[in-house]
Amino acid sequence: MANTQAMCTSFKTEILSGIHALGTTVIRAGTGADTLKAALYLASATVNAATTAYSVTGEVSGTGYSAGGVTATNATAPTSSGTTAYWTPSASFTYTTVTLTTSFDCVLVYNSTQSNKAISVHTFGAQTITAGTIVLSMPTNDSTNALIRIA
Amino acid sequence: MIVTTTKGDMDDSLLKKREGSVNNDNESTTWVEYWLADELVHRSAHVRLKKPMVSTSEAGSFKNG
Repeated sequence: MANTQAMCTSFKTEILSGIHALGTTVIRAGTGADTLKAALYLASATVNAATTAYSVTGEVSGTGYSAGGVTATNATAPTSSGTTAYWTPSASFTYTTVTLTTSFDCVLVYNSTQSNKAISVHTFGAQTITAGTIVLSMPTNDSTNALIRIA
Repeated sequence: MIVTTTKGDMDDSLLKKREGSVNNDNESTTWVEYWLADELVHRSAHVRLKKPMVSTSEAGSFKNG
């Protein structure tokens, strides 16, 4: 037998479930998963790794779109395969019957339960929508494709 | 087929339809537009995210001083 230096895979998964607090944490209201949301941002906005929380600055606006975006469906808990922990929303982000005439190319996933703190930023080719629907489909929820992966 | 447009619900037989797609390493996207004469009255898009980012982790080591 031999010992191997590693980041424990269970720890990676448990980070996604808020099990560990290596710094000052928050008092949680319960043991359930937080509510996550997905907001769209204009192509002219600056949303990136330095983004710490949801903001209306640079967010799309238009008929049928509610500031803050849509709630992510979360029916599948974080898990792992190999040494990668991962999680993916269990349904598409769908913005139905909206008119967004200024091009947008980004969605921010954030935690509305925890003061709208940012989670991840995903970009795509710039789009506009006219009296229509924008659907953002999720990748396969596995260790190589999931929306959020910690390898 | 009835299409939601900026002018209310319309039968697609009255409209000109345009479709397109983008497929690259980052996304697979399809879009559809309906035009009434020279006016865009409906545009929808379906974006499938293909290449989400991955965050890597590493455990530090104790080095001999």
